[in-house]
Amino acid sequence: MQTLKEKKAKTHNENLIRISGAEAIIHCLLAEDVNLIYGYPGGAIMPVYDELYKFQDRLHHVLTRHEQGATHAAQGFARVTGKVGVAIATSGPGATNLVTGLADAQIDSTPMVCITGQVPRHLLGSDAFQETDIIGISTPVTKWNYQITKASEIPEIMAKAFYIAKSGRPGPVLIDITKNAQFEEFDFSYSRCIAVRSYKPSPKPEIAQIEAAAEIINNAKRPYIVFGHGVILGKAEGQLRTLVEKAGIPAAWTILGLSAMDTDHPLNVGMVGMHGNYGPNVLTNECDVLVAIGMRFDDRVTGNLESYAKQAKVIHFEIDPAEIDKNVKADVAILGNAKESLDLLLPLIKENNHDAWHNKFKKCYEEEYESVIKNDLYPTKDGLTMGEVIEEINLASENKAVIVTDVGQHQMIACRYAKFKQTKSNITSGGLGTMGFALPAAIGAKMGAMDREVVAVIGDGGFQMTIQELATIFQNKTAVKIVVLNNGHLGMVRQWQELFFEGRYASTVMTNPDFVKIAEGYRIEAKRVEERKDLKSAVQAMMASKEPFFLEVSVENEDNVFPMIPSGASVSDIRLK
Amino acid sequence: MEKKWFTISVYSENNVGLLNRISGIFLKRHINIESLNVSKSEIEHVSKFTIVINTTEDWTRKIVAQIEKQIEVIKAFYHTDEETIYQESALFKIASHLLFDEPQIQNIISGSKSKIVTVSREYFVLAKTGRRHEIDEMHDQLEPYGIMQFVRSGRITVTKSTMPITPIINEFHQS
Repeated sequence: MQTLKEKKAKTHNENLIRISGAEAIIHCLLAEDVNLIYGYPGGAIMPVYDELYKFQDRLHHVLTRHEQGATHAAQGFARVTGKVGVAIATSGPGATNLVTGLADAQIDSTPMVCITGQVPRHLLGSDAFQETDIIGISTPVTKWNYQITKASEIPEIMAKAFYIAKSGRPGPVLIDITKNAQFEEFDFSYSRCIAVRSYKPSPKPEIAQIEAAAEIINNAKRPYIVFGHGVILGKAEGQLRTLVEKAGIPAAWTILGLSAMDTDHPLNVGMVGMHGNYGPNVLTNECDVLVAIGMRFDDRVTGNLESYAKQAKVIHFEIDPAEIDKNVKADVAILGNAKESLDLLLPLIKENNHDAWHNKFKKCYEEEYESVIKNDLYPTKDGLTMGEVIEEINLASENKAVIVTDVGQHQMIACRYAKFKQTKSNITSGGLGTMGFALPAAIGAKMGAMDREVVAVIGDGGFQMTIQELATIFQNKTAVKIVVLNNGHLGMVRQWQELFFEGRYASTVMTNPDFVKIAEGYRIEAKRVEERKDLKSAVQAMMASKEPFFLEVSVENEDNVFPMIPSGASVSDIRLK
Repeated sequence: MEKKWFTISVYSENNVGLLNRISGIFLKRHINIESLNVSKSEIEHVSKFTIVINTTEDWTRKIVAQIEKQIEVIKAFYHTDEETIYQESALFKIASHLLFDEPQIQNIISGSKSKIVTVSREYFVLAKTGRRHEIDEMHDQLEPYGIMQFVRSGRITVTKSTMPITPIINEFHQS
């Protein structure tokens, strides 16, 4: 295809070229440095697909096997690269199939642009074939959305879409384009969006607040940092580490904060939350200063708010003003990008250590190790545990892999035990808890980090929700490593049924197919492990493979994940068994 | 925390779909919109939503933060009744013969400080502007005689203190 430059040369006006709306969309994507998109064609988006065909040398389209898969793949790509993920679908059912991915990206602040085809302008509102009000449907689950009905709107709206998706607190944007706008020709020119007048993406941190925070931190006896996704999104990993080391403050991550710091950093005390580590949870109620950085006090983190960190002064570093005082009242709130805020804070922070306080975390860890971790990682019983599989992956990958997880027991175990040495290495559906997320997200993650090992750890339930994406892996030879931890149950729901519903296992027992045969049906090399003696070699073989690889591990059917804060209980009431 | 009446004022771009986005914020929290008015504002090309809710101040503050987060919202504020001058408007359509048959009607009209907007052989239309309870009182007085049609608008509000929106808008025009 002709490049824009060549086309411009043929026109009289330097900046304008006359092209169709569909072609304009391709040029917009190229101008935003997009060279990989995920999607599924259909009637109302065919003009764009026709252009994708012509531009396939510069814009690679990956055909997923379901539109939901396209969104999760785009999310996986976005999470591993920090760039905007792009998914494309047709109108009607194609568009509605994007909704779960949009909601997931919205709650986990993932930059994504979704493009949907729509029936022609003159048929809008007529209940035309494959017409659906995707703007109405997607409004609550998008950061912004817009319906384009004229080709001339395309450049400005596309530029705005990318700007909004990636700036401030990132999120998903959906652009719906009527078919007539795809066909129409117009004079195209593109410039990136640099501001939207009603939108203030990144507030400037106020010096008075920074000073107030520094004073509280410098005078703290038992300070404690809890950090989240905002550190990764704000590229503040270095600043976080400097703060932790300079002030000697124990730091815990939320599920989306995983990998923002090395797992083995001496001051990294583990994960907060319902199935987080023991110390990070109980000691929340013993610290005198709680420094929250780029996290939003989700209910799975805080447990009962009435008894969450009431004794502590709370300092909240946050980019989104709507998160301030939403769940936990901040004594000092610092609005802004985490990196910028911490850069201002660091010179004011005095060198310090809090060894006695840090030792409390170590003590808690020892207690947790004895009652939970030891049995998870080095079990003495016959059945395999999920924990020992994760530990084998750590060993075989030297803690360098990108770990993509789904939702449920395997997710909690993976997030507890997977080790990280590099940021953006933990990709999971944290806020929405989307079963079926991991397999397609791993495709996007691998394509975004071809030089890295990407291991999808999935339960037998979630695997079957987007199992068709095995075909995408096969067709694209995407060398993801898929580990299904098969316990024959919807494990987390079963655990709750055991603990809180007197063991009535309503619809949580799964009669599963032969997953190895299914994977082999997709021409993916596959192995099943049922005994401990075969685990290490199987994981090693998987990690050594240059191809996609499927590994099913039969694990104990009725193991529970501990520690656990029962729903609605206080972080202090975390149970070790 | 005690529930009160709050008036939320939203200054925004005038875009299709924004009403849906804003109303969704209330829907998601199961909070009923008691009154809604959309109009142009004192600033050119800037729309103003006036939304009345009955809830706690804490919820109101959080809702305003969520509204302000929407891309096309320029700024949102909330105020209590004491902090605002507010009114609603109502139209009453009444059969014309009642003017002659029921002398009390004339008294209601003059007593309520309403205006006759139009008169025809069949009906006349009364316009009343005031607080919700004044309109309700007038409605109660007229109802026994028969009201052919009745409609009341959403609340419109101006604040007693300065609305700190102008500097924000000026900033737009400068940049």
